[in-house]
Amino acid sequence: MIDATLVELSRLQFALTAMYHFLFVPLTLGLSFMIAIMESVYVMTGRTVWRDMTKFWGLLFGINFAMGVATGIVMEFQFGTNWAYYSHYVGDVFGAPLALEGLMAFFLEATLVGLFFFGWDRLSKVQHLAVTWLVALGSNLSALWILIANGWMQNPVGAVFNPDTMRMEVINFAEVIFNPVAQAKFVHTVAAGYVTGAVFVLSISAWYLLRRRHVALAKRSLTVAASFGLAAALSVVVLGDESGYALTDNQKMKLAMIEGMWHTEEAPAAFTVFGIPDRNAQETRYELRIPWVMGLIATRSLDQEVPGILELLALAELHIRDGLLAYDALQRLNENQADAEAREIFLANQHYLGYALMLKRYVEDPRDATDEQIASAMRDSLPNVFALFWSFRFMVVIGFYFILLFGAAFYMCSLRRQVPRWFLRVAVFSLPLPWIAAELGWLVAEYGRQPWVIEGVLPTFLGVSSIGLSDIIITLAGFMVLYTVLAVIEIKLMVKYIRRGPEAEAGEGGGQVLPLPDDRPASRPAALPEEAR
Amino acid sequence: MFDYEILRLIWWALLGVLLVAFAITDGFDMGVAALLPAVARTDRQRRQVINTIGPVWEGNQVWFILGGGAIFAAWPALYAVSFSGFYLAMFLLLAALIIRPVAFKFRSKREEPQWRARWDAALCFSGVVPALLFGVAVGNVLLGIPFHFDATLRPFYTGSFFDLLNPFALLCGVVSLAMLVLHGATWLQIKADGEPMERARRYGMIAAIVVLVLFALGGLWLTQIDGYRIITEQDPFGPSNPLRKEVVAEAGYWLHNFNAHPWLWLVPLAGLAGAALALLGLAGGRGALSFIGSKLSVAAIIITVGAAMFPVILPSSIEPSHSLTVWDSSSSHYTLAVMLFSTALLLPIVLLYTAWVYKVLWGRVSEDDVKDDMY
Repeated sequence: MIDATLVELSRLQFALTAMYHFLFVPLTLGLSFMIAIMESVYVMTGRTVWRDMTKFWGLLFGINFAMGVATGIVMEFQFGTNWAYYSHYVGDVFGAPLALEGLMAFFLEATLVGLFFFGWDRLSKVQHLAVTWLVALGSNLSALWILIANGWMQNPVGAVFNPDTMRMEVINFAEVIFNPVAQAKFVHTVAAGYVTGAVFVLSISAWYLLRRRHVALAKRSLTVAASFGLAAALSVVVLGDESGYALTDNQKMKLAMIEGMWHTEEAPAAFTVFGIPDRNAQETRYELRIPWVMGLIATRSLDQEVPGILELLALAELHIRDGLLAYDALQRLNENQADAEAREIFLANQHYLGYALMLKRYVEDPRDATDEQIASAMRDSLPNVFALFWSFRFMVVIGFYFILLFGAAFYMCSLRRQVPRWFLRVAVFSLPLPWIAAELGWLVAEYGRQPWVIEGVLPTFLGVSSIGLSDIIITLAGFMVLYTVLAVIEIKLMVKYIRRGPEAEAGEGGGQVLPLPDDRPASRPAALPEEAR
Repeated sequence: MFDYEILRLIWWALLGVLLVAFAITDGFDMGVAALLPAVARTDRQRRQVINTIGPVWEGNQVWFILGGGAIFAAWPALYAVSFSGFYLAMFLLLAALIIRPVAFKFRSKREEPQWRARWDAALCFSGVVPALLFGVAVGNVLLGIPFHFDATLRPFYTGSFFDLLNPFALLCGVVSLAMLVLHGATWLQIKADGEPMERARRYGMIAAIVVLVLFALGGLWLTQIDGYRIITEQDPFGPSNPLRKEVVAEAGYWLHNFNAHPWLWLVPLAGLAGAALALLGLAGGRGALSFIGSKLSVAAIIITVGAAMFPVILPSSIEPSHSLTVWDSSSSHYTLAVMLFSTALLLPIVLLYTAWVYKVLWGRVSEDDVKDDMY
């Protein structure tokens, strides 16, 4: 039987490395587009302040991009190193989008990002602009393919189990690519990335304005961030709602847990704004509910039910029993590939094979499981409802806050009023929020998928590699040390270059072309002592 | 369009193409990184040397990432067994590949000599370690890996990290390191100038001699070790299930393909000829010639391994019958077809813009260019 500690440590390592990687991804997605917009303005207007902006934000982009690349390599190889059975079981389906990500996206961004930094003197303005846009396109295409892969984990369409090869195989690639869950995830995630980029630019620009440094650059950057950010923040919420809707077909359990909804309610279900879900008592205390809203969000109707956690568990128990029929038939097929009756039984019940595998947590052969084990197989492995319930709510609150923040910023910038200092301070302190929201979103999506690694197909614990505990402890410790050191270096460098500001990047002649020459003398002395530190 | 047998052959060949493309492009990046402390003494020289690969290493590294993705997509069993089997070696490799991008990006971001010296050491590490590990891995693959499957096709690896460091595998590791150092040195002949180029020339000549001697020695050694022979008929159209055949280990069997098809001897000979050509080019001060020679050598040495093992991809030393072969470890017919179509569509585009980037960056990087650049 599979060592439970090994499973927990493997999950921990994957979660840590994925969440760490995801610190850099959203900023790359958003910042690459904003830089492309800034450079477009430069090419269209010829005003060098826009080139300075492109170079300055491009420098910060570069520091972040390097970390994204470095930590992304781990993700691609970790399926093989730590989730070998998963890789065998779904490689036929899951490997393809990863390979396509490499072909279509990584090559594009990685090959051209060198020219973004080295090509200023070697390319014409328009050529360089094209390079910048292609880098942005590459990073967004990369998000598309990885989310197609991830969407399949949440909603495994277009594939069936092949008893001859003992794994899932694709029968329809179009279904895998146009998986509605994948599409909803893609737009929600890239929009969240755009918000992250916009908040990053907004906060740092606000900080410059508060200190009256680099005013020309900061004001323009603030305007770009405000308009780009407003559009992105609206999209995140609208498209996030879309991914909530997509859940109802495929991941009713995740939805029920996010809502802390233990029992099916009469349609239309109410939305719980506040509550303390209690896993042991199987109830949610101190609920504050808005009638009808949940039914509307989840089913887009007033007459369809949203199932509760306990009802879904009861359903899962039925699935396990069907899955056992499939499992039994599969064993017979393994012994005799010509057994036509077994093949028929298998085909009739194959959809539930994964549920039978859930029992491997308790017994070597699922057919030996007791009724009690069958009853508890799903329940024991449900994620923490409290954590999901609150992760989701914090994410949503932050999402709505961004609409307010960018709405206000857009209003102030577009009316060409002086942006008040209190607002600039608010903007500066908003800096960490998009990262918090993005990590919470990752938690809701991936932790909320448990106990499945592939929804309904493969339980998470079965996916692990057969490696020793000492192996995983060594690498887990290794990643933690390496990633902590890199995080410290990265943040220090970011802070150093943000403090230094754009002068260093503007190069010779950059100083004279700023439209607000009176701002310069004030900024220089302020900048110098910091550098001397 | 293509039947299953042809697709499996094509994907086996594409696996080779990806490995060769990776070794030829990212190979010189690793070679240059490994040579960095030896060929560049001052900070400006170091920046000069780093700048020869600075704008291109990132794109080159994608060949490695694509290789991983393609193995996952086309040879999932190979991906699962080898990556989890070489677990700690993979971690070392990943550590090197994590350090590399940040080392490139962060090195010049601060002035302190100590800061830069540390990143130079990190860069050197990120060049030496992968170059060595790739060879060690190939050596172990030739010897056979201690893995087996259970009835559900869950792979189990029974060796340890230190088992990987056996004499034959270490020899392969040194060949791999020398080959990439040579490749890096010849790259510097066409992209650098001055002292670093001159020093690289000397190190490159040593590396070329090492490749010539040790690659030939490895070939002799190969006649003594066990190759793996499939003794039952394998259906090239059959399902990818590695438990349905019988394989035995047989001393010297890796030379079987060469003996059956004598023209295949041209491949390892090309490996030697390439290294000799590179040596001549370096000795005669002809950079372009030496670079072509090292490319040829790298490609031929990798292809030699594939040619020796075909149709075996990953032999198992403890359960030879569980070995992975071209006929029983691929993805489904449909996936191979879709992936081939996508590759045929996308790879030419990739090659096109990669060529454009190299054209834009054409020319030598000298010490005087350093001040304007990023690294």
